Amino acid sequence: MSMPGGVAPESPDPAIRDADFISEIADVATVAEPRTDEAVPYVTLPASKPRSAFRRGLEVFLENKLAVAGVAIIVVMVVFCFIGPLFYHGNTTVVDFANETLPPGAGHPLGTDSNGNDVLARLMTSGQISLEVGISAAILATVIGVLWGSVAGYFGGFLDAVMMRIVDAVLSIPVLFLALVIVAIVTPTEPILIGVIAITSWLTTSRLVRGEALSLRVREYVQAMRVMGGSSARAVLRHIAPNAVGTIVVNLSFQVADAIALVVALSYLGLGIRPPEQDWGAMLSNGVTYVSDGYWWLIVPAGVCIVIVITAFIWIGEGLRDAVEVRLQRR
Amino acid sequence: MALFIVRRLLQAIVVLLLVTLITFALLRAIPGNVAAAVMGPSVYRDPAAIKLFDQTYGFDKPWYSQYLLWLGHIVQGNLGYSWNLNQSVASLLVERIPKTVVLVGISVILAVVIAVPLGMLQAVRRNKFVDHFFNTFSTIFYAMPVFLLGLLLIFIFAIKFPIFPAEAPQGETLGVIFSNFNAMVLPIATLTLVTLALFSRYMRSSVLDNLTEDYVRTAKAKGASERRILFRHVMRNSLIPIATLLGLQLPAILAGALITESVFNYPGMGLLFYQQAQKSDYPTLLGILIVVALATVIGSLLADIAYAMLDPRVRYS
Repeated sequence: MSMPGGVAPESPDPAIRDADFISEIADVATVAEPRTDEAVPYVTLPASKPRSAFRRGLEVFLENKLAVAGVAIIVVMVVFCFIGPLFYHGNTTVVDFANETLPPGAGHPLGTDSNGNDVLARLMTSGQISLEVGISAAILATVIGVLWGSVAGYFGGFLDAVMMRIVDAVLSIPVLFLALVIVAIVTPTEPILIGVIAITSWLTTSRLVRGEALSLRVREYVQAMRVMGGSSARAVLRHIAPNAVGTIVVNLSFQVADAIALVVALSYLGLGIRPPEQDWGAMLSNGVTYVSDGYWWLIVPAGVCIVIVITAFIWIGEGLRDAVEVRLQRR
Repeated sequence: MALFIVRRLLQAIVVLLLVTLITFALLRAIPGNVAAAVMGPSVYRDPAAIKLFDQTYGFDKPWYSQYLLWLGHIVQGNLGYSWNLNQSVASLLVERIPKTVVLVGISVILAVVIAVPLGMLQAVRRNKFVDHFFNTFSTIFYAMPVFLLGLLLIFIFAIKFPIFPAEAPQGETLGVIFSNFNAMVLPIATLTLVTLALFSRYMRSSVLDNLTEDYVRTAKAKGASERRILFRHVMRNSLIPIATLLGLQLPAILAGALITESVFNYPGMGLLFYQQAQKSDYPTLLGILIVVALATVIGSLLADIAYAMLDPRVRYS
């Protein structure tokens, strides 16, 4: 009963002409009602309402409590960091030694840091940088990795071998070491930091996508498109990369977790974002000096934010992985 | 098998050459003049001196000759000279590497020894309380940046309850480190927990995969006891991916070691790297980069060979 492209050719038989609505049948199960006026056996439809692959994946994702919790955490954190400062005003820029390292209390719900800045307000502005850098770097890394991997996998042969050896080489230098050398050479501003993290972390994505591309390029629809005169660029951009989207999206979520961990580590080591701008890692780095004084409010809030954001992205990634796997199984 | 090893070895050599090329590109990307870096900025007033320096050390040649010259030095074990520490990079590494090896070695062994039974326990008690309990812990430790874990351990075990020192043992020789082992507890605990979080997750899923295999049913049908199936059959097969993981996760473990060393001020290779990164001591940084990459390449090479040897189903192609 499946029609190429979902549109049935004009037929003299009225029963079959009704199949013009074949694309709607998939959505409207009531069409399957037995037709009383004719004895012609018509199409048999599945008993349950067929759903799109996306819907099925979404259902599996929503069943995963941790994944949903992850999404909720990210939404709350984004609102907290980006909209919070509109409602909560605290000193985040002016050095105020009269009010330094105050414990949490009236006026300062999370106390103040060594510059007399309000920790809660700083937590919001620092969070903006951590999230911006982490998410943008992960997206950029994914774009690079997808293009690299699909080109290598699609063309195969010598080009593939060369491109993948380059991946092996960069991958054999630990990301943190490579990133530290680069930020020692160039002064890291926010865009540069995004770039540095991206060019040190696109490698696993490219390997995954290459694997997908190797199996996708021999599929009939890609072959058919090539026979019709489609270019290689079209094959990579319109067919290979979009079809690997499940793998890519799952990986993106883990990439964000890794990118945030990396930017936080770089800032903690004092080689990330430069003052007066600050991210959660730099907040911790400043707080460390006072850890022996027991000033827990300089460590705990930023630390908790980092851990729950990274955990949330891991949970989302695991939920997406289950959803994509189910989608593939039932395809 | 021999052919597989030879092919894999050749691949590793190509990868290492590419690593040196990347390192060399980084070296060239460093702004400034080498002569000025070595002899001080006043040398700019004396172009003849710069020219003489460039000629003596080959900096007037095209980049590929410079690369080959530099590569020749690297192959001979001459990793350059740290003007900052006034010491050759090779001699610095000879001092520092054994300390990192001790820290990483003990932590990884501990992590594996704990992760294997833990992963098996979690798999056997899948979705029961024990599984959820340890899963929560491993997710938290996995998500927690290494420095935060280190700080947390310092805060609890060195400040609130002063059981262990907050700083790692300081000393030139390994003897000092072993004689003051109390101070090694927290750094080792930090790196072990991080590595453990990684390994136990893999072990759990590896055991789960193996439990559904046909050979488990066969063993059951033969009347083998649960314990025998678990320890004789499932455990051995589940360890195969762990062997690979050891090799592949080496970069992540070394990065963890860098941060652990900087948190506890442990005088290993990672701390050296971190301190010299702040001082822009490029010869030291790039020397360590090459050594670390060499370790990683050897690690993944051994992992692949071990995998092929442990699992006869792997085809050597």
